[in-house]
Amino acid sequence: MSKALLEVKNLKKYFDVTGGVLSRKVGEVKAVDDVSFEVYEKEVLGIVGESGCGKSTTGKTLLRLIEPTEGEVHFDGVDITKLNSEGMRKLRRDMQIIFQDPYASLNPRHKVEKILSEPLIVHGITSKQERQEKVRKILEVVGLPPEAAKRYPHQFSGGQRQRIGIARALIVNPRLIICDEPVSALDVSIQSQILNLMEDLQEEFGLTYVFIAHDLSVVKHISHRVGVMYLGRMVELASNEDLYDNPLHPYTKSLLSAVPDPDPDLKTDRIILEGDVPSPSNPPSGCAFHTRCSECMDICKQVRPEFVEIRDNHFVACHLYNDDVMENN
Amino acid sequence: MKKPVLEVNHLKTHFFTDRGEIPAVDDVSFHVNEGEVLGIVGESGCGKSVTSLSIMGLVPNPPGKIVGGEILFREQKGDKEAFEDLVKVKPKRLRQIRGNQVAMIFQEPMTSLDPLFTIGFQIIEALKNHMKLTKKEARKKAIELIQLVGIPRAEQIVDEYPHQLSGGMRQRVMIAIAMACDPEVLIADEPTTALDVTIQAQILDLMKKLNKEKGTAILMITHDLGVVAEMCDRVVVMYAGKVVEEGDVRTILKSPKHPYTKGLIQSLPKIHQREKRLYSIPGNVPKPGSIKTGCRFAARCSEVFDKCYEEDPNLLELSEGHSCRCFLYEKEGEVAHV
Repeated sequence: MSKALLEVKNLKKYFDVTGGVLSRKVGEVKAVDDVSFEVYEKEVLGIVGESGCGKSTTGKTLLRLIEPTEGEVHFDGVDITKLNSEGMRKLRRDMQIIFQDPYASLNPRHKVEKILSEPLIVHGITSKQERQEKVRKILEVVGLPPEAAKRYPHQFSGGQRQRIGIARALIVNPRLIICDEPVSALDVSIQSQILNLMEDLQEEFGLTYVFIAHDLSVVKHISHRVGVMYLGRMVELASNEDLYDNPLHPYTKSLLSAVPDPDPDLKTDRIILEGDVPSPSNPPSGCAFHTRCSECMDICKQVRPEFVEIRDNHFVACHLYNDDVMENN
Repeated sequence: MKKPVLEVNHLKTHFFTDRGEIPAVDDVSFHVNEGEVLGIVGESGCGKSVTSLSIMGLVPNPPGKIVGGEILFREQKGDKEAFEDLVKVKPKRLRQIRGNQVAMIFQEPMTSLDPLFTIGFQIIEALKNHMKLTKKEARKKAIELIQLVGIPRAEQIVDEYPHQLSGGMRQRVMIAIAMACDPEVLIADEPTTALDVTIQAQILDLMKKLNKEKGTAILMITHDLGVVAEMCDRVVVMYAGKVVEEGDVRTILKSPKHPYTKGLIQSLPKIHQREKRLYSIPGNVPKPGSIKTGCRFAARCSEVFDKCYEEDPNLLELSEGHSCRCFLYEKEGEVAHV
């Protein structure tokens, strides 16, 4: 196993909820609540979960686009939560992000050339010639014609815009790219083009991805390891094969069984969860999933399960496996 | 043999814009049988939503207009059956049918409920328009409907406002409103696209139950082939305003004929399989109206030949109930007469 490029330890992000005329703090939303994981060099770590589970917030706090409330993020051995803004700016050359919405994440007033040159200027490549050369090269890499540099974002389709978004992240030769739902706004036939492109780039440039998505099939296709989040917590993390063939956490099980499969011959036993995801401003006590869990025990309502390694590289936060943990120890 | 309750024949819905006339729905024909679930699949801009809005008479005019074709809805009068053309009926008659015999649920449960009125009021509004009920009866019926769609605490929910409910619950309320008058056909335009997978599973389960228990035919419009496999009996595949393939769900998903349908299915990452590399259809989804002559899919097709750019292919019937719009099958199939 290669070494960890990114180490996340007890990451927390609480958003204040204010109310009243004086906008006093009346509560907090625990968007990310004590999440720890590692991302190895040259791997794709998928993070899945439903809306409001904190997966996007996690992605953004990794880059400090949102300041974490507590916890540490080590990138290549450096704790980035302690860096000042200048140090952070320099480090962002190695850590980039691709956003979900290719319609909203490109400035409509700038030509593609300007959009792609901006990260180069920020990172000190001042020669105009060099910048133009890099823009030309990167457009070729992401499969756009060189003329694209002279056009505006609205002249491109959704898939092409996402290619521009990828080019912008890639142009500074980063080592880690956070991909925040990069294909969920795209049509099926375009989605596979972008997924293939991202896989090619990963191999070609030896990139590391944190791939955040709500679509379990997409995450399965691209990831080496997958983490499942629920209400701000990581509930399960395992290798791709292990997680999809052998899910341990009851939430992962029901999530996997809820995905409709396009094969009409495959009729799986569906576990239909009751009720909705509880509000993260007032999460249930103990295990956050206990209100919807079919195997809920007394202990689940009181004690929050720890996120522990049950088998080789298979982490899960569930009281059902407490015995296994004992044996392991 | 099941009989059709809704027949759409050669429907043409065009939009008249500054850039000219755009044929969003270009000669589309299909039918919905009683008690079945028919899926319409396609990518953005293929005309699937405009087709459903045309059936409901909800295409904004201007700029949209139904310029040709007919939408026949079966009317049961005692033992007799008569077909009424929803394109030609008077607005007053359309209002009687709409919401009563043909109902619709929309994609966005957040925006399709009025935030100023209680859930009960909005369900009762649908009931009052089509039935003679006293206030008490209407309220009782509304509570029954809320229970029918599986919302707990129906007596309290009836007096609550949409913002007090979650997305999944709001979609259930939408279904309750649509089911208020026991429609014969329910049109569902991407009913679960805005919802999470676990909530989607709940809503699909509910729609299946209503289809089985009440015998309501469902016209399911979606881009998700997984939902199609889950729900539908038959499928219509649309591309750039045209029907490119039609057949029962097994044929379409297991042995598709049209290169577009094939490509679409191959390009999906599957959750129960492992594939090394995804197939992908080259090029982009065309803007509506951008291709005028020849097969609409020609520019992206892997098996394209000269004829495809010059002539419009006909919809060919390959076997009973399975038709495909592609020159590749000219020898095998007969021109479908619809």
